[in-house]
Amino acid sequence: MASVFILAPFLLLIILNLPFKFLRRGIAFWLAAGLLLIQILSSALHQRIAAHIPPDLLRLFFSFKLSLDTLALVMLFTIGIVALVALLVARATMATERHKFNFINLLLISLTGMNTTVLVTDLFSLYVFIEVTALSVFVLMAIEKNKFAIEGTFKYLILSMIASIFMLTALAFFLLSCRDISFSGIQAAFSAHSNVALLNVAVMLFLCGLFIKSGAVPFHGWVPDAYSEAQAAVSVLLAGIITKVAGVYVLLRLFGTVFVVSANLQNVIMFVGAASIVLAALAAFRQGDMKRMLAYSSISQVGYIILALGCGTPLAYLGAVWHFFNHAIFKSLLFVNSASLQKKFGSTDMAIITGMGSQLPVTSATSLVGLLSTAGIPPLSGFWSKLLIIIALFSAGKIAYAAVALLTGVLTLAYFLFLERNVFFMRTDMTLESKGGVPLSIKLCEVLLAAITIAVGLGFPFILKILHYTWL
Amino acid sequence: MALNLILLFGLVLAAVWTVMTIRLIRAVVGLALTSAILAVIMYRLNSPLAAVFELSVCSGLISVIFITTVSFTQRISKERLLVRRRERLAKFWLLPIILVTAGLFLMQHLKIPDFVVSAPSYSQDVREVIWNLRHLDLFGQILVLFAGIFGVVILFKEQDK
Repeated sequence: MASVFILAPFLLLIILNLPFKFLRRGIAFWLAAGLLLIQILSSALHQRIAAHIPPDLLRLFFSFKLSLDTLALVMLFTIGIVALVALLVARATMATERHKFNFINLLLISLTGMNTTVLVTDLFSLYVFIEVTALSVFVLMAIEKNKFAIEGTFKYLILSMIASIFMLTALAFFLLSCRDISFSGIQAAFSAHSNVALLNVAVMLFLCGLFIKSGAVPFHGWVPDAYSEAQAAVSVLLAGIITKVAGVYVLLRLFGTVFVVSANLQNVIMFVGAASIVLAALAAFRQGDMKRMLAYSSISQVGYIILALGCGTPLAYLGAVWHFFNHAIFKSLLFVNSASLQKKFGSTDMAIITGMGSQLPVTSATSLVGLLSTAGIPPLSGFWSKLLIIIALFSAGKIAYAAVALLTGVLTLAYFLFLERNVFFMRTDMTLESKGGVPLSIKLCEVLLAAITIAVGLGFPFILKILHYTWL
Repeated sequence: MALNLILLFGLVLAAVWTVMTIRLIRAVVGLALTSAILAVIMYRLNSPLAAVFELSVCSGLISVIFITTVSFTQRISKERLLVRRRERLAKFWLLPIILVTAGLFLMQHLKIPDFVVSAPSYSQDVREVIWNLRHLDLFGQILVLFAGIFGVVILFKEQDK
């Protein structure tokens, strides 16, 4: 079953690039959308359908070692939703058919990369597929060939390379001290306490690399440029899922289940998380552009996940995974909102766009849902995951960190209410020339993501019960 | 030991020259030189296959591609060259001082833990590891190639239109 998640997008990529003209037209979009829908459904219903699927025949040909556990299923589900939304946004916003076709191809490559990153059980393969994902993103970001987009790409490229050097060096150290770089081999080396100094250095180097990849403070320099200068659909994909899988998921996987983390290192992780939460929230206040504000808010929310990961208790881990899902959904929603503003008025600058709520009722209503969820207002999804994280911190005795997490929620609410008032609800005499309506597919995405945010919030006790059985 | 040190210093010098030189063609030569020294180091570290790869691909093939690309560019004028050279060095004059000071400080004060471990001896041949044991990484390699192809098509081919 697991290898289908990898091979299906790859096969579709090959099929789309066969020399038949009809494949390049509209059909490419529908095939990709169908594939993503199947991924969403099969990861959501995996428990039900797993019994009816014949054993992996592909194992006869490939020796892929993959594991499909609950964490991987949550990730595959999230990847499916966000990629589908990005695909719909690309259909509505990209200029030419050729652009759309290129986007679909690169989306399929990054989808294969992300799915494999989620499923691998070996540290080196993990590194390879993080790079595959990153490489497709560099090209995606540069699709829009303006100066700022190229600059954002260049920053991301350079910092990503530095992260790669850290991770590769760490890999060499792991190979020296563990002899085996599969997850189980590294676990065994940790429990055998062999070469402790070398292992610790390797873990620290890997941690630095992943902090850069996930854009935590102080390694966040590339995030605002990358998120805000990219094309609308690319921003959704990048902010919603790609940096989250390549950075945050790997942190969750390695530091939650594979590495044994010392108390000192836990403190470092928690400190970086808390610093990201506070500094990025403060920086978000100063932004005049909606997408840049969202980018800083994204850094801040990633901080919550890192903080919870550093805490290390099972409840905190559950909170971290759950916040990952919620954040992917509501941040994608907010970036889709910014895409519809971009489409309608040609800008996301908050000084230019003021009081446009009456012209964009769907966008203003759904953005309210998204930002209240980000700020952690009940009963939306973000409230529950933040609550879990704060309770976990509190019960682990990390009261100062719990207070930071709690109070920054107020800060988040403040800058988002400023955004909402400015862009949507302010009374203004200014009239902006509309550059065209918001396409139906963008509205559909907005409503879909807002519905998920509300439904997850309202049905949280039920979801907690399911997750409880798996992790606690 | 002395030879290793000379090689390492040579590696760093060649790399710095690659980054700091103004003329693109010299940067390419510097890169090829860096790769060549790295190949020697790899050979001395008992991995001849990696050394051959490094020498043939990084030092040979890539240099050819770079030189071809550079031959399409235009030379900059003498005056601009001088200005650029001065501006460039002005930014970095502090760097060697910081590096040397930090190096001396670390040598005196840092206690390096005992990292010496014996290199793992693999009975398997590199070729067997790549082709038979790591299918997934080969698959990743294919994807990287695809991403590269799309990158070239999107960034360069469509620019002409």
